[in-house]
Amino acid sequence: MRTLMKGNNALAEAAILAGCRFFAGYPITPQTEILEYLSTRLPEVGGQFVQTESELAGINMVLGAAATGFRAMTSSSGPGFSLKQEGISYISSMELPAVIVDVMRYGIGLGNITLGQGDYFQAVKGGGHGGYKTLVYAPSSVQENVDYTILAFDKAEEYRTPVIILSDGAIGQMAESVKLPEGKEHDPNKFEWTLKGKDDTYPNGRKMTDRIYYDFKYTEYDPHIRDRYSAMEENEQMWEEVETEDAEIILVAYGITSRVCRGAVKAARANGVKLGMIRPITLWPFPKKALHKTNKTVKAYLAVEMNACGQMVEDVALYAQGTPVYAYPSGRVIADQEEILRIVDEIRAGTRKEAF
Amino acid sequence: MEKQFVFAGFGGQGILTTGLIIAHIGAMQDKEVTWIPSYGAEMRGGTANCTVKISDELIGSPFVKKIDILVAMNQPSIDKFLPQMKDDGIILVNSSIVKDVPRKGDIRVVEIPATEVCEKISYSRGTNICIIGALAACTDLFGKECYEEGIKHYFAKKPQFHESNLAAFQAGYDYVAKE
Repeated sequence: MRTLMKGNNALAEAAILAGCRFFAGYPITPQTEILEYLSTRLPEVGGQFVQTESELAGINMVLGAAATGFRAMTSSSGPGFSLKQEGISYISSMELPAVIVDVMRYGIGLGNITLGQGDYFQAVKGGGHGGYKTLVYAPSSVQENVDYTILAFDKAEEYRTPVIILSDGAIGQMAESVKLPEGKEHDPNKFEWTLKGKDDTYPNGRKMTDRIYYDFKYTEYDPHIRDRYSAMEENEQMWEEVETEDAEIILVAYGITSRVCRGAVKAARANGVKLGMIRPITLWPFPKKALHKTNKTVKAYLAVEMNACGQMVEDVALYAQGTPVYAYPSGRVIADQEEILRIVDEIRAGTRKEAF
Repeated sequence: MEKQFVFAGFGGQGILTTGLIIAHIGAMQDKEVTWIPSYGAEMRGGTANCTVKISDELIGSPFVKKIDILVAMNQPSIDKFLPQMKDDGIILVNSSIVKDVPRKGDIRVVEIPATEVCEKISYSRGTNICIIGALAACTDLFGKECYEEGIKHYFAKKPQFHESNLAAFQAGYDYVAKE
């Protein structure tokens, strides 16, 4: 049976089901329910919950737990997610698996506690230093909060990388029906690369620091990094196509905004307008395969997202290969279905200005 | 079928829970449902509201533009959401609190003095459940037993209130059915 759950709670329960037994983080709206839920749920299953003194402590405790092979998670939003960036870079350099959740709020600085999609660049382009990349999943429903949180833990271990779940205030705060899968048991001792105790010596027990120092010859490191990220880029692109087959114009949208776009596609089709949607599920790697597939047939892409200037639209343009790209950054309010349809009309009439 | 609800009132009146119970009832009938609270810079004593959608199909945006059913527990809620009402919509108010509902077009206004109705059955905490009873009587969304089952299920951890809750539901239902 499906049960009604709030997005943040469902995400937290999914972490438990994935075998996550360590969480460290700090409250901030609109993600606080994740902490609240895990503060009681983790001890019930023999896990550890720590409400840390800061986000810095939270991400670094996750680094420590990950180094011992435990499935570990932290979550935040807005300025709190910014504070985690250094830690994400370190986790990347040590090649440790971890899941970091950003329930996006709106705006720069403190911003506003309401929903937004302003952290695309930060999550997708490497919010911390050094040029690492992380898999980034963008759930668009409470069910996907469950599904992609579980997948995130698996992928984090498969590639030994931090994985970001880029949720938002609406997906976190809303309640929907969800089906929870069976839980998995996780054995933290099954990996060769973890710290296991004082008797474990290198190279069996690793030195837990940036891999650049001990694990690679001087000239081997860069090829290793390139191979690592190109494997993720090639294999992990995920997206959903909605009515794209005969589409004249395709909306590109993720997360909460994609739900408005789904309605717009339906309304446009009812009026005989051939509108479709590509919904990136992974934001990194961006589903360029989906765009390459449709470039030949589609007349234009319209990127719809909830920030002031447009961020994802840059990636759409990068992979559009000459197909005109238009932008509708809806700012601090969620995109409006009628406005989308109006812009689509403008594009068809040739009166809309291209994004770049 | 897709029905769009707004539940609005003062913070503390249990309006978010009322919406959640309706969403819960919808979910139990295997409908697609969304529930989302407004959670901006709200203040104590200010207005709170939530939006519920119940549909046979996958729901797009969880936000409401045109309201089928508005459940209003205070005056500011009516003023705020009246412009968004569908022409054939229903406004359900607790008339113990809301005294003046402006009429507009064909919008049906259902008034129930839920506070007094619940005082009569000595269950003053039951106004929200009473309102759900009224909602069941003035819409044909689900059968009465779906609501009763849903309320019991929602409060499964508080079985001591089952009897009172169902009495409040029945009182609200009867008040509107008789109307």
